[in-house]
Amino acid sequence: MIKHETIEKNIGLMILLIIIVISGGGLAEIVPLFFQSSTTKPIEGLRTYSALELEGRDIYIKEGCHVCHTQMIRPFRAETERYGHYSTANEHVWEHPFLWGSKRTGPDLARVGGRYSDAWQKAHLYNPRDVVPESKMPSYPWLFENKLSGKDTAAKMEALRKLGVPYTDEQISAARDEVQGKTEIDALVAYLQSLGKTHSVYTNKR
Amino acid sequence: MSAFWSAWVTVITLAVIFGCTWLLLATRKSEKFKETTEETVGHSFDGIEEYDNPLPQWWFYMFVATVIFGLGYLMLYPGLGNFKGLLGWTSHNQWEREMQHAEEVYRPVFAKYAALSIEELQMPEHEEGLKMGQRMFANNCAVCHGSAGQGAIGFPNLTDDDWLYGGDPATLKHTITQGRNGGMPAWADVLGEDGVRDVASYVMTLSGMEPATGTDVTNGEKQFQALCTACHGPEGKGMQALGAPNLTDDIWLYGGEFKQIAHTIRAGRAGVMPAQKDLLSEDKIHLIAAYVYSLSNK
Repeated sequence: MIKHETIEKNIGLMILLIIIVISGGGLAEIVPLFFQSSTTKPIEGLRTYSALELEGRDIYIKEGCHVCHTQMIRPFRAETERYGHYSTANEHVWEHPFLWGSKRTGPDLARVGGRYSDAWQKAHLYNPRDVVPESKMPSYPWLFENKLSGKDTAAKMEALRKLGVPYTDEQISAARDEVQGKTEIDALVAYLQSLGKTHSVYTNKR
Repeated sequence: MSAFWSAWVTVITLAVIFGCTWLLLATRKSEKFKETTEETVGHSFDGIEEYDNPLPQWWFYMFVATVIFGLGYLMLYPGLGNFKGLLGWTSHNQWEREMQHAEEVYRPVFAKYAALSIEELQMPEHEEGLKMGQRMFANNCAVCHGSAGQGAIGFPNLTDDDWLYGGDPATLKHTITQGRNGGMPAWADVLGEDGVRDVASYVMTLSGMEPATGTDVTNGEKQFQALCTACHGPEGKGMQALGAPNLTDDIWLYGGEFKQIAHTIRAGRAGVMPAQKDLLSEDKIHLIAAYVYSLSNK
């Protein structure tokens, strides 16, 4: 039997024992998910983001949208009534990194695509209070001035392809032309309008 | 889950639980279990020493209780690989039960109102139905049309009696269900900048406003009659079949100042009302339409 004192005075041994104890949860709860078809196989008919949507996604990350908005509808009626079908893991197989978020200061955006017009999205991002007087969301007027060069878009798509996102050579070679000269707001709105629209397996009627 | 991963999860989960239990019992110091002593663990740091006493009993039994709770939980709920748990619970069937319960409770309520026409729903005795419509409007429509239906620049006010496509019950329901795509073309290439300003001035005179200085209203009228009447009509009174607004009143969707009108003519407008048919059931659209109808038919 190891004495309490032996463990306390041998920091290497203590580290080893701590690792053994805390790895139990991760080994049982996380590791198997890397090998389940429900988490690694994309939902039927899932499409990749277009080059412009992909750039919009990076703007979404850059502006920290995921800090206040989740993309994760939980399986409760109160949520599915408001946002549509609950989210499933196989919808997010090609998300690197995923943008589930962990806090809702604003509403969930997992299926916001098509719910509002492009014009509304733009007016709202320029100054939310122009359309929703009660809103406390920040304004993002610079998105309307900043232009995209598209010089990194193809490289991003290459990198995603290495992670398993099935971008075709045509998509990658056309990426720069699709993005070049567009404003950041064009890209972000294209991304928002694609959310929940990259497959059509679920019905969101309520 | 494959048999391998199922076994993996089961073995690790149980090993952790029993490992913790073993650790708890192995360090229990049963011989001193009942009494505290003056004995210390032997080390001293800056004169501070530590008593070598067992865990208090209540604390020990709390650990035992968590182990029993954990094992009970794993029996009842899915946790051990492919074992479904004795209760057969899943997050999906919990959600389905919730939906089914709501269906049973709310279906008769919606059915009662679905049987009534939108005009009938305006009667004071059906106030509850309109209230439901108001709540659904707040959830689904208010971000564009405002929490009281007052609208915003580019998004129609629903409380007045000026309608782009018509405000009768059938048209309202059609607009909500199928959506609308407004299409005012851009005229900059056809009219040139001077032409745009002339037409804008003429449009201002239609509702009795003063034309902007330095513009040719006569030319504006000529161009308007040639290009704009197909949708807005020869008198500029609009055409609901096309969603073309009446230009002779003082209601302006995109602003009624010279600059704003000129911009609308120059760059065009494409207002979109998204179709709700894939988002909301017919019963709900019916009540929302009834609420919208009530806003301008008090």
